[in-house]
Order: sequence, then structure tokens, then C-alpha cells
Amino acid sequence: MSWKSLQTDLAAQGYIANDALAMAVYLASQQQRPLLLEGAAGVGKTEIAKQLSAIHNNRLIRLQCYEGLDASTTIYEWNYQKQLLSVQAARDGETEQLDARIFSDRFLLKRPLLEAITQAQPPVLLIDEIDRADEEFEAYLLEILSEYQVSIPELGTITATSKPMVVLTSNGSRDLSDALRRRCFYTYVDYPDLQTELAILNARLPGIDAALAGQIVGFVQSLRKEDLEKKPGVAEMLDWAAAVTGLGIAKLSDNPIELQATMVCLLKTQADQYAIPGEITQRLVGKVVA
Amino acid sequence: MRTTAFPTTVSGVSERLSGFMAHLRANGLPAGVAETEATLKALKTINAGSPQDVRLACKTICSIHHDSYHRFDELFDSYWFNRGREKSGFDDSHERTRKNNRSNFAPGVDESQKAKGNGSAEQPDDTSDDGEALHNGEGKLIASRTTNIEKTDFRELMTPESIQQAEQLAAKLANAIRDRRSRRFRADKRGARIDLRKTIRRSISHGGVPLRLHRKRKPDRPVRITALLDVSGSMTVYARIFLSFLKGLISHDTHTDAYLFHTSLVRISDALRDHDTLRAANRLSLMAQGFGGGTKIGANLKRFNEQYAAHTVNGRSVVIILSDGYDTDDPQQLADALQRLKKRNGKIIWLNPLSGWKDYAPVAGGMAAALPWLDHFAAANTLDSLAALEPQLKKL
Repeated sequence: MSWKSLQTDLAAQGYIANDALAMAVYLASQQQRPLLLEGAAGVGKTEIAKQLSAIHNNRLIRLQCYEGLDASTTIYEWNYQKQLLSVQAARDGETEQLDARIFSDRFLLKRPLLEAITQAQPPVLLIDEIDRADEEFEAYLLEILSEYQVSIPELGTITATSKPMVVLTSNGSRDLSDALRRRCFYTYVDYPDLQTELAILNARLPGIDAALAGQIVGFVQSLRKEDLEKKPGVAEMLDWAAAVTGLGIAKLSDNPIELQATMVCLLKTQADQYAIPGEITQRLVGKVVA
Repeated sequence: MRTTAFPTTVSGVSERLSGFMAHLRANGLPAGVAETEATLKALKTINAGSPQDVRLACKTICSIHHDSYHRFDELFDSYWFNRGREKSGFDDSHERTRKNNRSNFAPGVDESQKAKGNGSAEQPDDTSDDGEALHNGEGKLIASRTTNIEKTDFRELMTPESIQQAEQLAAKLANAIRDRRSRRFRADKRGARIDLRKTIRRSISHGGVPLRLHRKRKPDRPVRITALLDVSGSMTVYARIFLSFLKGLISHDTHTDAYLFHTSLVRISDALRDHDTLRAANRLSLMAQGFGGGTKIGANLKRFNEQYAAHTVNGRSVVIILSDGYDTDDPQQLADALQRLKKRNGKIIWLNPLSGWKDYAPVAGGMAAALPWLDHFAAANTLDSLAALEPQLKKL
């Protein structure tokens, strides 16, 4: 399989990846290295992991990061209640094998990272918004991402039965350590260009009128050039396209008041809604409706 | 950018590729043996005859940041197609560094020298800038009569000791600003105190046996510092010492960010952290082309808001702007940009070298427009004035 055919496979799933992204995904899966994706919100970083698991028909294991995430919620934890019950039940009888018994596989709660490396089929492991987790958590990740193994003091080292395809995403709310970055292949996912975005729209909303699709994408592209706090991503564009078609608008310039009402799909802060009043919307529409 | 000559004597893919990696390293990308190996492996699985494929593959393997990712194409072309920008100004600045070996901190040297040497076309004139300030301040520096080094205006003070002192001062200031502890407790595994309430509550499920001790502590809430340094023509005389100041600010942790601006804005945090001083100087000189030219404070702050502020400025941030406030843009633009920056809830400190001058009043259009949005406005023309900032910044 070459990276071109991967790109085609993704496109068949409705995910239009540009060359750089397709190459990065291809190399990461070939060399079994983690892939680090950075970029603005709403450009399809998380989506690529979902599509990859769909292509290979693998499980998707997702770890959503947040501040305060630690090893016991991400790697493993002992099932204390069960252990305690077991100890109480065995209080009178045997004591020798007790240790071995309560620190065995049965009492181990696998969290996403351990689960990902103990699957029979290599799954896709999505570590979402890694920049939200603490720096200590990055250190845990290093062992898993480079060696694909987890050390549990009571059990020993658990080595991967199958190496998962790891995708990390980051919005850049914190700079990641270079150690983590160097273990990954890196791609910066930008907002798609006009052609790509048009292809995405056509893939996601098949049957949309070609002229309207062109207007929608052109409008969103020029809206991104405006001075906004939160630029609309691809997801917002798709929401908006669905809203516009759902309202039966055939041409963006048809009904200015209705169109302005649909802008809630694209502008997600009060300041942005204030910054793009009806006149500006109409000016942008005027540019794309030839 | 350093351009590595294409070696004609080597043969074989791996040798050329390691040459390429050396070229990347020289330009500040962390390309090592692991990257070479990964690239060689990748070449087997892709069409190695297609430059575009190889470029994409190398890009994903060797770049690790947003910055290096966008710079990569240029580096790739310069090595494989001999199409790189020539060593513009590199030899030149390098030689000057050696000639004027007055400082152990190189980054500022070549820029300020270069600005004097060839910047005359884009910068009005050093003397005329001073003159402008003189008109405002009647030409008297408060402290210039004393010989005390701490009280000498930076314009007359460029000794290696003073530059080093500026750096140490900055490090001290940065610590004063950064050192913050939360008032609340938070659960923490290695915390100093035992969270009794939680421990007892949780012990109920184990029949009253406190199986796990839950701990808590007051978490650090370090303040993030972002520094923006004006290196336009009117600030040229202060640029070198402020660059050292910046270096001191950022060298003690990895969260501090530093930017230079004149007519455009460049991020210099990585360059300042570079331990290879010569390479740092070289990187800085490339970044700061236009050093010593006009100023667009408003436009640059606007760009900062758009591009960087979302990641770097929040309620626990301090933004330090080092500028004299002479703006060629509309003052309103500066006010708007500051207002928007202020909305991110950080503190904004403006250090103005001119305000240490006698009778200085912030009447320059830009400065006057900026004042309402500042949390602290202070002089920064002597080492003493920088040192005096410490108690003030602690309070912020």
C-alpha cells in the first residue's frame, strides 16, 4: 500500500487529507511511530484517527486528556474493592498464595493505554488534546510510545502484543516537551484550501448543489481572513452548509436576513458575531456570488 | 540561514542524507541519528525518485514544531536544489561580532552594529531620534551625571559587566513575577498534607480501614511571562541591553516567550535559548531583518493577538512590552490591540526607557493611547530602574 492509496482510502471514507497529512499518516503506520498532529480547532485532527480505525476495521481507543490526568486513570489501577473482598474471604484459610492471587490479571483494571497495547488486533489509540494534560503525564507516555511496554511493579513488564497506531493531537495551549515531539512524526494541519474544502463538503454532504457548495466554501474561506477571535473550522463549515441547505436557500444572496440568522453556526463568540454584522456578511457574499 | 554546500564527493543515499541532517541541525532543527534512520526506512516505502514525496516524508519526520514545519520547505530546497538564500549578512555580522568583542552575549551585537552600518536607508537616523527625545525632555538625563554604573543610562552603558548584570536582574525579576502559589488545596499524590476528610470518607467503603491516604497541597500557579521588545530605529541604542534582559527573563523556565518587533513581529524564544551562541546570533540576525527600522506597535500587537496570544496569554500571564511608544501607525490601532489583549485577563506592563528621562511625559500619541490599558508603566533606562521593578511586579 502506498501513501496515495491511503489517501484514496481515506477519501472513500469521506475524509479528504492533503498530501502532507496522508504521507505523515502513511509513514507513521509503516514505521509504527506515533503521529503528532497540531493545528487550530476544527481542522479534522481527531477525525483522522476515527477514519483510520474505520479503514483498517480496528478498534479506536480514545484517551481524552485533561488537567490532572494521572497514571491510575490512563494506564492501570488495582481493583481495590475486589482485592479487599478477596482478602476478607480468605482470612481464615490460605495466606501463602494470597499475594500472588490478588496481584494477578483478574484484579487489574486496564485503563486506555494498557488496554491499547494488550489487544490481539492492533487498535488505533487516539490521545486527544495532549496539551491539556500535565507535564508529568508526558513522561508516562514516553515509555509507552517508544517501547510499547508498561511496567507494573507487582506484575513485571507488560510488552505490547500488538503495536497500536498512535495519534496525538494538540491545540497548542501549552508547548509540548521536545522529548515527546521527537518520538513522534509531526504534521501541522492547516485550514484546508479552497479545492480541498470543496471536496470535503461534497464528500460529507453528497447531492449538494455545485454552485451553492462553491459559494459556501468561498464564503467560509473569506470569513477566515476576517479579524475573528475563533475562526470557523471545517466542522463549522459543514454545520453551516447543512443549515443553509436545510433552510432551502438556493443562493446565498437570496435572503439576507435568513442568512444572517444562520451565521450562529459559524461565529461562536459574542465579539465575533458583533464583528460580522449583516453588511459585512453581504459584502463577503457579494464576492462569492458572481 | 546557513547554506550547506552540496557535497559533490559523496556518493550513496545515506551519506547525502546524513549531510542533509547536518544541514538541518545547523539550522536549528533537532535532526539526529534516529531521524536519519527513520528517513532511510521511509525512502524504501515511498517513491524515492519523486522530490515531492521525499520532501513530504522528510518534513513529517524531521520537523517537530509549527515553526520548523513551515520553515522546512526552504531548508529542503536549499540543500537538495542549491536554491537557498545565500549567507546574507552572516559573514559580515560574524566578523563584526569578533571585532567588537565587548560582550559575552552575542545576539544583540551584530544587529545593533548592522543597524548602524547599513540601516540608514530605512531608519531616520540615530542622532535625529535622540534629538526628538531631547526636544521632549530638554536634553537632561536624570542620572547621567553620576558615574555610578547602576545609574547610568543604558545608552552610555555597554560594558560586558552591565550587560551581564541586566541578564541577572531579569532572571531575578522573572522569579519575582513567576513565584505564585494557589490559596486553595488540591488533591495531590505527593502532597505535604493529608486530606483527612477525604481519607475518612473513602475508608468507609473499606469497612473503616483507611486503606489509602489521600493527600493535598497548594499547587503552584506559575505566572507566564511574555516579553515583546521593540527594536526599531529609536530603540536601537537600548536594544542590546534589552536583548540580554530578555535572555535573562526566558532562560529560567520553558514557558516564557519572547518576541521582537519593528515593522513585523518575530518569535525569538527558541533562538535565545539556543546554547550555541554563534548560531543564536545568526538565527536572531535572520529573524530580525529590518532591525532598527520604523515601528508599527499597533499592527504588531494586533498580529500578536491573532497568532500567539491565544496560546500564551491567559489570566495568569504577564505581558511585558519594552518600547518607547513611538508608533508610525494610528494610536487608535494600538489602543484597540491592547484592549483586546487586556480581555485575555493578563497583566500588561510597559517599560519605557524614555520615561526615566527628566520631564518625560507620555504624550507621544501611541503612548497616551496605550496608558489606560496598562497595569504598570515604568522607566527602564538604568539598571537601578529595572531593579526597582521587583517589588512592584511582586504585587501584580
